[in-house]
Amino acid sequence: MSDTGPVVLHEVRKTFGATVALESVSLTVRPGELFGLVGPDGGGKTTLFRILATLLVPDSGTATVLGRDVVRDLWDIRSRVGYMPGRFSLYPDLSVEENLRFFASVFGTSLERGYDLIKPIYQQIEPFRDRRAGQLSGGMKQKLALSCALVHRPDLLLLDEPTTGVDAVSRREFWDLLDTLQASGLTIVVSTPYMDEADRCDRVALMQQGRVLAIDAPSAIGALFPRPLFAVRGRPRTALLDALRALPTAASVHPFGEAFHYSDTRTALAPAQIAQDVLDALRARNLDGVDVTTIAPGIEDAFMALMGDAPGVPVGVPA
Amino acid sequence: MRALRFLLRKEYLQIFRDKTLLRMLFLIPVVQLLVLSNAATFEVRQSRLFVVDRDRSTMSRGAIDRLVASGRFERTAASVSIAAADAAMRERRVEMIVVIPEGFERGIVRDHRATVQLLLNAEDGSAAGVSQAYARQILSRYAADLGGSLTPPIVPGGAHAEAAPGRARGVLDVRTRGLFNAELNYKHYMVPGILIQLLTIIGTLLTAMNIVREKEAGTLEQLNVTPVSRPVFIAAKLIPLWTLAMLVLAIGLFIGWIAFGVPMRGSLLLVFFGGAIYLVVALGIGLWISTVVETQQQAMFVTFALLMIYLLMSGLFTPVNSMPPWAQVVADANPMRHEIELMRAVMLKGAGLADVARHLVVMAVSGVLVLTIAVRQYHKRSA
Repeated sequence: MSDTGPVVLHEVRKTFGATVALESVSLTVRPGELFGLVGPDGGGKTTLFRILATLLVPDSGTATVLGRDVVRDLWDIRSRVGYMPGRFSLYPDLSVEENLRFFASVFGTSLERGYDLIKPIYQQIEPFRDRRAGQLSGGMKQKLALSCALVHRPDLLLLDEPTTGVDAVSRREFWDLLDTLQASGLTIVVSTPYMDEADRCDRVALMQQGRVLAIDAPSAIGALFPRPLFAVRGRPRTALLDALRALPTAASVHPFGEAFHYSDTRTALAPAQIAQDVLDALRARNLDGVDVTTIAPGIEDAFMALMGDAPGVPVGVPA
Repeated sequence: MRALRFLLRKEYLQIFRDKTLLRMLFLIPVVQLLVLSNAATFEVRQSRLFVVDRDRSTMSRGAIDRLVASGRFERTAASVSIAAADAAMRERRVEMIVVIPEGFERGIVRDHRATVQLLLNAEDGSAAGVSQAYARQILSRYAADLGGSLTPPIVPGGAHAEAAPGRARGVLDVRTRGLFNAELNYKHYMVPGILIQLLTIIGTLLTAMNIVREKEAGTLEQLNVTPVSRPVFIAAKLIPLWTLAMLVLAIGLFIGWIAFGVPMRGSLLLVFFGGAIYLVVALGIGLWISTVVETQQQAMFVTFALLMIYLLMSGLFTPVNSMPPWAQVVADANPMRHEIELMRAVMLKGAGLADVARHLVVMAVSGVLVLTIAVRQYHKRSA
């Protein structure tokens, strides 16, 4: 465990009454990194952000942000971190520009001084600068919130589910913005329930029920999948799903878009052999026109496997 | 201090942008003062009277006429039967029965003595007490007119009430406060009280709602991650609301003067000074409420629950003297009571700083106490 880095967590634990929100969470974010926290709702992502933003105190363990302890040096941290909570939280009765100027002023700076950093984002909403923030569309609100979190030139940007509830085009735009910001040297920690967004991070931490399941680059996390993986396509889908689940050697079956991702317990066998076996078994059940292909496991497959193949666990599926 | 200035500017910007709030702030005191000051009165007018005149003489009729002519009583029924009168009262058709026995006139003429019986429905103890006092006064005056030197020639007999003894005792207590002084102008007495009650509601509710609204919107959390310290945040919240409430106080005083002719016998400055200190308490309670609730709806409930206690223990609507000893102790520590008494003393009696020093001290101490508790609670909640 390295002691340096913009964010260093060591064995952090946080409970709310009987609920354990975080359990022995340790991770390090490297300077200039775009770091993702990925996992289903209730995984502890927001709690983690609130600890990093000095809004919550961990029960045990240590957390340092920009080299400062989140409990002892909270005032140092607050002026150097930009935090954008999951819920839009700006003043709806103030205009776009008033919100921005207000947040700049409470950080002891001005809109003009922070302008060049937020320019790529703020330019898009500048035509509406006199509009009340409450009357902006979802995507514009999000851009305003990001501008407000950036206007004081923080050294670390914390974004809690910034793209939840935002349309697909705006989501892509938003991630492009994050790339731009990262290029300027900013360290960014971002959380998302969407697996496809995880691929845009340098490294991700998979979180579930307060625990970190794995931390690695998105491609490396896919490789954590322990078995050969196949995409099975065919119709009727319900019959196909039932048939796959009924196979005695089935290890996991999950719907992925229009296909099913299937893995087999016979890991010693060659993948081509397994594919043929599965195809034969399905044909024997009168399922024709079925297609079975070997695929490389993605981060979502790995996540499902790491969660212990627990059925019914909700994982965000991109719209 | 720089941060405070920016926060204050934002608060004022938000307040002056909220046109509905501003309208309410200035309309509510106007309307409520005009309505409540007229409605909230201990005066009893037009009590329904059942006359049982068994004497049927000139003098007995004269006594009845005096009662009715006063405007306090309305003769709704008459009979010689006490039973009929009792039934009427039980059915709530009358509030008072006056029984003039046979030989009333003869008694006055011969012995300069006669008896009149008053029966009152004391379910509403204070109204019964007031009616009884009116009737006694009217009859005594009538007797005085009749008999001249021989006062009191007519002794109103046992005014036994229909309710439980406890109620009847309440009537006596009310009397001892001298509320029935016919010369007392109720409006002059009520306007300062109602104004303070209004000011309390506005100050407390506004503060609680304003802060909880930021909580609900998530902007409080957003502010919590900025370098703005808690004392600065709280000061930025309280100062604008305090100035607003002071403005409402000024408007209220103006209405009291214009519409009701409430005098200002003492120093106007002293009235505002008292108000300034009292408002710290009212706003402090609002601040405290905002730390213990999560939504504006909860804030409303807690505020009103607290205000009820606050109000009923202030002596504005219920006499403090008739409360049990423990409640009197509580009422004595109630800052609202002290502020109302201060206002009345300065405005109606022309009391000076020395006369109201005790009220000021109690209010200042409560203010410091409430603010300390609220700020501590605030720290604890958002650690």
